[in-house]
Amino acid sequence: MLEDIGNLFHGFAVVAQPFNLLLMVVGIVLGVIVGVLPGLGGANGVAILLPLTFSMSPTSAIIMLSCIYWGALFGGAITSILFNIPGEPWSVATTFDGYPMAQQGRAGEALTAAFTSSFVGALFAVIMITLVAPLVANFALRFGPAEIFSVYFLAFCSFIGLSKEPPFKTVASMMLGFGLGAVGLDQVTGQLRMTFGVEQMLNGFDFLIAVIGLFGIGEILLTMEEGLSFRGSPAKLNLKVVFHTWKELPRYWLLSLRSCLIGCWMGISPAGATPASFMSYGIAKRISRNGHKFGTGQIEGVVAPETAAHAAGTSALLPMISLGVPGSPTAAVLLGGLLIWGLQPGPLLFTEQKDFVWGLIASMYMGNIVGLLIVLTCVPLFAAILRIPFSVIAPVILVFCAIGAYTVHNNTFDVIMMLVFGVAGYFMKKCDYPLAPMVLAIVLGDKAEEAFRQSLLASQGSLKVFWSNGLVSTIMTLGLVALFWPVIQAGWTRARVLTGKLRAAE
Amino acid sequence: MSDATKESGGTGPSHRHVEIGVALFMALLALIGIYGSVQVGIGWGSEGPKAGFFPFYVSLAVIIACAVNLGKILASADEGELFAGWDQLKLVLAVVVPAAIYVAIIPYAGIYVASALLIVAFMKALGRYPWIHAIAVGVIVPILTFLMFEMWFLVPLPKGPLEKLLGY
Repeated sequence: MLEDIGNLFHGFAVVAQPFNLLLMVVGIVLGVIVGVLPGLGGANGVAILLPLTFSMSPTSAIIMLSCIYWGALFGGAITSILFNIPGEPWSVATTFDGYPMAQQGRAGEALTAAFTSSFVGALFAVIMITLVAPLVANFALRFGPAEIFSVYFLAFCSFIGLSKEPPFKTVASMMLGFGLGAVGLDQVTGQLRMTFGVEQMLNGFDFLIAVIGLFGIGEILLTMEEGLSFRGSPAKLNLKVVFHTWKELPRYWLLSLRSCLIGCWMGISPAGATPASFMSYGIAKRISRNGHKFGTGQIEGVVAPETAAHAAGTSALLPMISLGVPGSPTAAVLLGGLLIWGLQPGPLLFTEQKDFVWGLIASMYMGNIVGLLIVLTCVPLFAAILRIPFSVIAPVILVFCAIGAYTVHNNTFDVIMMLVFGVAGYFMKKCDYPLAPMVLAIVLGDKAEEAFRQSLLASQGSLKVFWSNGLVSTIMTLGLVALFWPVIQAGWTRARVLTGKLRAAE
Repeated sequence: MSDATKESGGTGPSHRHVEIGVALFMALLALIGIYGSVQVGIGWGSEGPKAGFFPFYVSLAVIIACAVNLGKILASADEGELFAGWDQLKLVLAVVVPAAIYVAIIPYAGIYVASALLIVAFMKALGRYPWIHAIAVGVIVPILTFLMFEMWFLVPLPKGPLEKLLGY
């Protein structure tokens, strides 16, 4: 524990180097821009800007990339409140009360509340990561292939059971992701598979291309279809409003705490920030005394989803750094970054790459403080970006997506694949197929498969290996519970209704 | 969404048909996956499960999931919901077609020239900007990206005849 605190301070020293501080500010600003622009979001923003870090040291690179992520999280709130356009899916819930507040001329109050709660949520999650991640990593060092597979199993099952989309659509999109991930060289036998003699398929489908296509191009197509015209409230934020709102916010400490916990829980399981924000908003609406007024511009309706979304977005990095299992698409892109910089994600990072891990954790603290200051001071500037017409923004975003896709392998074929993924993403999104599980499956496919096959090899093909000891059985059982959660929930409600009827009959 | 399509008074492909199409397409990909897996072997080899073992079952899962999804669509009543209006789809195509041309000419013209053309064409055709504005943005953005990627971050991007002429 004490050693960890020492490491953390060492991390702060790394982050505080002028070059890293500069990268942090650049990252946050780029991140907010990415978060504000339609068609660019956390995941593909980080993916597109990943090549900029190729020539940096891994620590500087992760500082910049994670700061882009924090910036994107902050940026989503600006568009939701001022323009009623969620820049990111997790800020949809923020529009419910944030936009009415802006219409009533309380935009400053709403923005301050949103940014401050984001900051609180993130801070809570970072403290949690600082305390828990080393323990988890230490624990996970003892994992064998069966345990590793069970963690993947849990992660993917919770996607199916907990997501809002129809479960079988989640399964279809996830399994298709695994299939795409399997194309190319088989890691275990070194055999080529499913390439059908096509040269370009030898390397398989890179998930970064998928991320840029599915999220970036797909999103542009969706925005285009809706024919958005941006008409927003004026963005003014003066210090008086900020301090006034800050004085008011501590009243909602219980709400914040609850939202933090919801966010952390949903963030660690790969359900992610979006459901966390909705869940937190829903619960706040049910519990709050002003619940019936939600949707008309209640400050609580901004605090709840923003806190949860940021807590979830941040805690999604916990399984990424301690286990090598990303909790969100953006975390997956960061994980992809680790591989490119030559680091092996997983529990060993904490012992072998101390500088890197603690630099990252320290940058989470610093990045969120710097981020809060930047967004509070520069809101009008960022809001102005949205006033640039879409017919100018769209081709520029397209160009950046193409550059991002090209630089992954310096290959122009990837740019074509990006467009294919983009069109696929448009259709999938319109038909309610979730994209995140597909992306995570492409990233983790090889590793999950390797763990699965190694476990089966050790057990001579018996599936009992996944229930061979207490630990692995617990994780697998949790996975099954998560998988069948909708069924369990439905059964529970029916049972309650039934007993209620029985009692009424008596 | 249906409100918007009603307002524009447009017609378009039915949501139901597109859903069916998407499910069938996914199942088709999975069938290709199964074919590929069987080619390399899906059974048990000397090193444990063969290379096709995992993709085979994964593809099988896709097919089962698609079958369930298809069944659900067919079982539900057709409410005449539109996927999108034709006018909306026209806007989508207005992005896809130039983008397709763009990615096709990158290997020959280099990314900077292609980008400049894309931006100018887009601003001219969709935004109806005066030539001077479109050309200004179309020239400035590639130059900025050139400075950012090639100069500051030292990441080489595809270049064509124009860059060669200028000595890069």
